[in-house]
Amino acid sequence: MVPNKDQTREQAFEAVIRSDPSEARRIQDRIEDFLSRLHISERDSFCVKLGMEEALVNAIKHGNQMDRNKTVTVSVKMDDKAFEARVTDQGAGFDPDDVPDPTDIENLERPCGRGLMLIRHYMTEVTYNEKGNSVLVRRVFNLAQSES
Amino acid sequence: MSAQPRRRRIEVEEKGDITVVGFIDKKILDEQNIQIIGEQLTELVDAEKRLKVILNFANVEYLSSAALGKIIALNSKLKKANGKLVLCNIRADIKEVFTITKLDKLIVIVGSEDEAIKKF
Repeated sequence: MVPNKDQTREQAFEAVIRSDPSEARRIQDRIEDFLSRLHISERDSFCVKLGMEEALVNAIKHGNQMDRNKTVTVSVKMDDKAFEARVTDQGAGFDPDDVPDPTDIENLERPCGRGLMLIRHYMTEVTYNEKGNSVLVRRVFNLAQSES
Repeated sequence: MSAQPRRRRIEVEEKGDITVVGFIDKKILDEQNIQIIGEQLTELVDAEKRLKVILNFANVEYLSSAALGKIIALNSKLKKANGKLVLCNIRADIKEVFTITKLDKLIVIVGSEDEAIKKF
């Protein structure tokens, strides 16, 4: 069967990590490596990396409360059209609608609370499960002008 | 038992009574590094009494929201001490982080280091 020339190469992986920022770093390094093989813009690459950084930190820091005995499951797939990842922690979950708006004047000087806002800005779709301990993020890429 | 010396995460240059701070890391993402950066920035005010501080982001390619917290803390500390913080040389993608979080309303952000110096 001749592959459809529009078929883009999909790359995917799944990993279970401890709630340790250094393990999140390894996931990010792997994502960065995969992204570098895609034909996407710098902007798209930047947005995926920042969005995933915030999602991973949220899972480790807020979801699992930095408990190294709790894990974060990360499944990633991407091709030249889109990036999609699911990040699941073992925490109690939360209601994303309960997160205060960090741009409200009374919250502006708070040291934290901006992660979710940034995830929603960088990703095309952000969907939490009912419990709030698993998030699906997706970024549809703006295709760069093709070069000969 | 002596403590292990921490690696310097910021570069400091004095220009008259203005302190210009650059970042050694291109990616300010790692929680531990951000914590160290925060401590080293705090030392500038608390220990070294520097009240006119410019943060030069020329070397920074990525910045997570955790780092924003340290910058906000430095801004608050300087304001309380009647000092001032100005940020400069922030590339467009990073500047966007400050804009969408409305931190550009809280913290002075300019283009070049020369413009930052003029703010004092």
